[in-house]
Amino acid sequence: MTDSAQDLSPQTTTDGPLAHMVYVLRSNPVTLLAFAMFLVLIVAALFGPSLVAYDPLASNASRALQPPSWDHLFGTDNLGRDVFSRVIVATRLDLAISIAAVALSFVIGSVLGAIAGYWGGWLDAVLNRLFDTIMAFPLFVLAMGIVAALGNTVENIVYATAVINIPFYARLVRAEVNIRRDSGFALAAKLSGNSDLRVLALHIYPNALPPMMVQVSLNLGWAILNAAGLSFIGMGVRPPTAEWGIMVAEGANFIVSGEWWLAFFPGFALMFAVFTFNLLGDGLRDMVDPRQRT
Amino acid sequence: MSLLSIEKLKVSFQTRRGEVQAVRGVSLNVDKGEILGIVGESGSGKSVTSYALMHLLDKGGSITGGALSYGGLDLKNAKESAMRDLRGREISMIFQNPRAALNPIRKVGHQIEDVLRRHAKATRFTARAEAIKALEAVRIHDAEARYHAYPFELSGGMCQRVVIAIALACDPKLLIADEPTTGLDITTQKAVMDLISELIAERGMSALVITHDLGLGAQYCDRIVVMKDGEVVEEGAPEQLFVAPKHAYTRKLVDATPRAGAEVRSLLPKSKRTPMPQFHPSGTPLLEVRDLVKTYQGKFGPVHAVKGISFDVQKGQSVGLVGESGCGKSTTSSMLVRLDDPTSGVIRFNGEDLAQTPAQSFARDPRRASIQMVFQDATDSFNPRHTARQSISEPLARLAKMDRTQRRARVAELSDLVGLPQPLLDRFPHQLSGGQKARVGIARAIALNPEFLVLDEPTAALDVSIQAVVLNLLVDLRAKLGVSYLFVSHDLHVVRLLCDHVVVMKDGEIIEQGPTAQVMDTPSHPYTRALLSAAPKPPTLTRPTFSAA
Repeated sequence: MTDSAQDLSPQTTTDGPLAHMVYVLRSNPVTLLAFAMFLVLIVAALFGPSLVAYDPLASNASRALQPPSWDHLFGTDNLGRDVFSRVIVATRLDLAISIAAVALSFVIGSVLGAIAGYWGGWLDAVLNRLFDTIMAFPLFVLAMGIVAALGNTVENIVYATAVINIPFYARLVRAEVNIRRDSGFALAAKLSGNSDLRVLALHIYPNALPPMMVQVSLNLGWAILNAAGLSFIGMGVRPPTAEWGIMVAEGANFIVSGEWWLAFFPGFALMFAVFTFNLLGDGLRDMVDPRQRT
Repeated sequence: MSLLSIEKLKVSFQTRRGEVQAVRGVSLNVDKGEILGIVGESGSGKSVTSYALMHLLDKGGSITGGALSYGGLDLKNAKESAMRDLRGREISMIFQNPRAALNPIRKVGHQIEDVLRRHAKATRFTARAEAIKALEAVRIHDAEARYHAYPFELSGGMCQRVVIAIALACDPKLLIADEPTTGLDITTQKAVMDLISELIAERGMSALVITHDLGLGAQYCDRIVVMKDGEVVEEGAPEQLFVAPKHAYTRKLVDATPRAGAEVRSLLPKSKRTPMPQFHPSGTPLLEVRDLVKTYQGKFGPVHAVKGISFDVQKGQSVGLVGESGCGKSTTSSMLVRLDDPTSGVIRFNGEDLAQTPAQSFARDPRRASIQMVFQDATDSFNPRHTARQSISEPLARLAKMDRTQRRARVAELSDLVGLPQPLLDRFPHQLSGGQKARVGIARAIALNPEFLVLDEPTAALDVSIQAVVLNLLVDLRAKLGVSYLFVSHDLHVVRLLCDHVVVMKDGEIIEQGPTAQVMDTPSHPYTRALLSAAPKPPTLTRPTFSAA
């Protein structure tokens, strides 16, 4: 009738998900840059070993501690290993640790936070005190403690990083779920025959995703730093494995004597990764938020 | 001479989809001591006009043409510092949502002092006394104590009075009131509007009242400007607009304004009026509510939201549940649709007591499909991530266990039934207009042919012309489907148009109920009389009403 006739023009109809992604990338150059940088990381992680000219573990005593040159872009370390190859190959391990840790804390935090936010009551109180307890520790020290107690393996770094990040997700989800618990669409979903669990999982929780994406992306950066930090102090990943944290730790000894490239390039890789994830957040949020599709 | 004059004002906004012209050459004048009403529906540019005047446009908005002058002063090219001196002292503004217009963490008294001190109307030593005086001026009792209140401690009407006190504290010459009573109860609305017009008369001020309610505008304004799509379509005295509207759009608005003596079909433009469907309720009871009680455990002891109410809804009957905010009508409706459990009492539906099944497990009850609801806030009642089609399909999938093709067919059928163009089904809620969302909400509620439908102020957020269409749609649907309505509303004019029977609630109790005509024409309870007299009375009496058919 009168109210609906005039605005059926094609430009206001919904774009597909792909078109929307293209739109988000085009409208915000920072997001485009972030995705380009992310792509670099992904390529390095997937194809790293086949991209580099040298074996990251092969030592060559005759070429030890060479400064950057065309042969060795990032120079060589004290054992004559090619720093460039090691930095590129290490991408896979560092990304795998942080993504696994973030995925784990995302899932556990979402479930606990959603339960606390939706049902409230004593469950909410107990879970909140639990999160408070975790957050009361200096988080890096807590992660150190967990790795020390569980044993010095890559899996344990993942678990430790996940545990210290759970409260951030749980609190965010709890708040997002709580404000939507009595919203009209949740009630409408109940009237349509959805049980509480379905209302929570299929109607309320997906609406908490846009702010979660920002958190995930920032968290990936922290998780990389955290894993590298643990390796730096000698926990988790052990030499001679190529990993940014260890490489910085090993290279730090040579900075005084002028061989700066040992620590600089893995450190730069770390910074690049963290910077990428920090930039990525807003773009990811715009992509999962249907309200951005006008 | 005119105090404020606007000449061919043009305002446009830069958006993703290019430039949007919100105001396209509006000219109007406000004389000294005059109350000018700007009436229009959402998107007509009425608020933008006033924001442009105050240099309060949102980001991306700019004045692209025309002239603005206030008492000989050029407002269009005024510097921000000059505007700051002007705002509050010469021109003041009252906003739509009083609670949002006040700072939630500061005492209201201090907020009044701010404006007094800013314009040097008071010193540090006299500010307090002046603020209390300002509160007294807006007829707040016990102003000394209210000075220390925070906005959340005050009712909506009280907050609006404080906003008015702030606006008038520095004796401005012009008051701009942007939908000053939206969201307020009908008796509060009357009190606030009476107060504003009294204060304006007392102080010899001028005012610009922006409203979507032609009836309200007509009652309180000296002159009315009707706006549509950023343009002025008609201007004149209220009586003249009502009795002999010149422009087709004004006529449509006048027709759509619910008023005493109108029928639901006469709200529509003449060309759209179809014959009223013939329909008579069968007289067999569908829903019997007996001694329904709801008591919450509040912070300061138990809160008695509903105190033992009893009423019946017959098959095919439309019952109006009327009352002001806090009267328990929302609690009652949420118990009836089984989203909430009563503390005690019986809800007999087709002879069986629904209260026996806890609300939590009612989602799996076979009777779930026959009791549905249309929500008040159309925006809030849709999952922002679901398209209209997904929202309407939800009950079909969950309760009727239909497969994909069946659902598609039924959704198409429903969208025809509620008059929603099918291409709109794949849009998200934020891409639909208010009227379209109302249709989607109704389509979802009637998807499973319910026997009983609770309509919780389904038209409260809609423009009058859309409201007219939706009310007529509801009348047609009832005749077609034989469904019973419980129409929850605060607007008695609307209830009169749609309901056979009225239940009036106050403080959790039913104070009066009976056939609509009886309750409306010869109310027995003083509260009902107060409600009826608070409703704005558009000057329709001199115009012969058209017959419905």
